[in-house]
Formats: sequence, C-alpha cells, structure tokens
Amino acid sequence: MPSTRDIRRRIKSVKNTAQITKAMQLVAAAKMKKAQDQASHGRAYAEMLNKVLVNLKAHAEEGIHPFFTEGKGDKTLVLLIASDKGLCGALNTNLFKKLLTTKIEGEVEYVTIGRKSVQAINRLRRTLVADFPIKDPAKFAEVRAVSRFIQEKYRTGEYKKVLAVFNNFINTVTILPSVEQLLPVNPVTLGGKRDFGIEITPPAADSLEYKFEPSAAVVFETVLPQYVNDTVYQMVLESRASEHSSRMVAMKNATDNAKQMIKDLSLEYNKLRQAAITNELLEITTAKMALE
Amino acid sequence: MPLKLEIVTPEARIYSDEVDTVVLPGYEGEMGVLPAHSNLVTTLVPGELRITKGGKTIELAVGEGLVEVTGSVTRILTDAAVDADKIDEAAAEEAIARAKKALETLKPGEHQEEVAAAMAAIQRATIHLNIKRKRKTI
Repeated sequence: MPSTRDIRRRIKSVKNTAQITKAMQLVAAAKMKKAQDQASHGRAYAEMLNKVLVNLKAHAEEGIHPFFTEGKGDKTLVLLIASDKGLCGALNTNLFKKLLTTKIEGEVEYVTIGRKSVQAINRLRRTLVADFPIKDPAKFAEVRAVSRFIQEKYRTGEYKKVLAVFNNFINTVTILPSVEQLLPVNPVTLGGKRDFGIEITPPAADSLEYKFEPSAAVVFETVLPQYVNDTVYQMVLESRASEHSSRMVAMKNATDNAKQMIKDLSLEYNKLRQAAITNELLEITTAKMALE
Repeated sequence: MPLKLEIVTPEARIYSDEVDTVVLPGYEGEMGVLPAHSNLVTTLVPGELRITKGGKTIELAVGEGLVEVTGSVTRILTDAAVDADKIDEAAAEEAIARAKKALETLKPGEHQEEVAAAMAAIQRATIHLNIKRKRKTI
C-alpha cells in the first residue's frame, strides 16, 4: 500500500503534466485556427483548377503535355506528407497504415515532407529520393521547391505516376488519410468528399471542341506546372490543418485524463489520511484506557 | 441566356454570379466574353478585368491565371483579384518602392525566387496604380 507521501508526490507530478498538456493544447488551438483558415481558403481554387484541367484533359489530344499521360517507366513516385513533431495522437500512424494498405505496383520511390515521414521510410527500409523540410506555417516558395523536384523527376519519364499520401482535413475531429494521384492529372479530393462525376462533360456528348489561345501546348505548359505547385501546396496545408487539429484534440484528452487522475488520487489520499487519523485516535484511546 | 462568371483565387472565391458580359486581359490582348461564347481556354495576364451586370460595371485588378470559357460558364482562376475601389494607391506605391529596394540588394544568380517575387510585386502594383489613375481622369 502506498504511503500518503507517495500519493502526494504522484499528484504533484500529474498536476505538472496536466499543466504542460494544457499549455500545448492552447498553443495547438491557436495554430489550428490559422492552419484551418489557410486550408479552407485555398481549397476552392485548388478544386476548381483540378476540375477545369480534368475536363480539359478529356478534350485535349493525346500527348499534348507529359503531365496528361503516364510515364514510360514502371516506377511510382510517392510524395508522403507527415508532421515534423509527434504528440498528435494517431495522426501519423494512421497515415502510414493507409500507405501500407495501398497496393502500388512496380518499384516505389519516396519523396517526403516532415521528419516523421523520413523516420517511417527509413524504418520501413524503402527508397528515399529526397526529403524537404517545410517550416510551419508553410510558405508557398518552400513548397514550390518540392513541386519543381517532382515535376523534373516526372518529366524524365522514369515514373509511371506520382501519388501523394497526406492527411485530408475534414473537420477538427475527422481527418482522412488519403492517397491521391498527383500526376498524370486526375481528379483529386481535397478536404472531404466531393462528387466529381457530374461536372465532367464527356467529349462525345459535348461535341464542341475547345479553342486554345495562343495554342493548347502553350496554355498547358504555363498552367500545368502551376497546377502541380498549387495542388502540392494545398495538400501541405491540409496536412498542417490536420496536424494541429489532431494535436489539439490529443492534448485536450491528455489534460482531461490528467484531471481525472488527480481527482482519483486525491480521493485515495484523503481516504488514507482519514484512516491514519482514525488509527491514531484508536491508539491514543486504547493507551489511555490501559493506563486507567 | 445569362453568363455565369466565377473568379477564384488561392485566398478566396472572389466572384460567383450571373453577368451580362466580362472583358478580361487574355494572352492575345483584351477579350470580351458574352453569353454563348464558343469554348475557349486561354491564359490570363496581369491587367484589368471588367464585369458588366445590369448596366453597372465592376473593375478588378487581376494577376496571372487561367480562363476557361464554355457557352454558359466562364471560370477565371487567378493568383490575385482586387476590386478597383479597394486599391490603395499609397500602398501600391510603397510596394513598388519596397520591391525595387529588394531587387537592389538581391543578387539575380542566388535568389531567383525572391527576384521573381519582387518583379511580380512591381508588376502587380503598377497595374493597380494604372487602374486607379485611369479612373481618376475620367
């Protein structure tokens, strides 16, 4: 049986932990607000761009731009976006689980963002091509470097396609680990579910061809790299929003648990104290009775 | 048949409404879009975009982007779109000065990204100023 002193010490330590988790919760909550706003603002643009390009892809001639067709090689490049720091619940674990359960044919190479994803790739003994550290909050210029690297790799033709594995932010408590095809251009879901089928007009039904000014090649050459930049950026934003939300929730749970623990320990402590006092009283009375 | 116009930037959905006509700065010069325009895709260059709806004209300063025109919908995706009324002349001038100063200190070989950003800022601010000044003279 623990002594009162042991329990007192434990209460103190749990109290300290609660204080730390509470502080972390508040920090995460502030960051979460910002990250969520950023993610939700950019979503409309990224979605619309994706929608327009998927539609155009159906109309464009074969081989007009390398980003519309699969590469010749049979390798797959995977962009894995995870967090830099831990203490955010099962966020990264769920993401890696999703990655492992997704069947990807052929040889797979990885490009990573975030320290946790590098660690995971090393632990799983997969091929890592490049790792990009991205600060928080994410800057577009930093993410553009990642996107450029991916585009250069894809243009070599070694890779069949490029997949992105990241956390899709739906709301504070719902985060969806997703695998989306970045290249060749494909419908991409960002931030929750979206019904894609209705929007695309199939080329057969819509006999009107698009006219390109000045030419399809020039338009695609300007727009497609921008599309990749923006989509990767949006994916990073979604991941960041997910990370901070997940951390906030995890820290809130930790604080709640610590508070419950303090309550339980205090009860036990008081019970012990009472027992000790009763015992002492008993001893005093018996001693007194023995003397009489 | 009305023309549906959607303008989206990375920050927000700027405009989404049915309009009579829209004049936009396309790759090959200013281009007017009326309802039932033939399908067209072009790139948007930084400049002035005018929306006419029920006799009223709205002017926007837009950045680079993509325009998709189908018979009933015009979608404009651009990196920036600012209402002409909200353009701050002083802020635009200040932005030019700041960007020029940055260009002086940066070496073109080393800071490609920063130089490009400064150039874009100058271009954007100049367009803002031009729109604002043109309105004053009318």
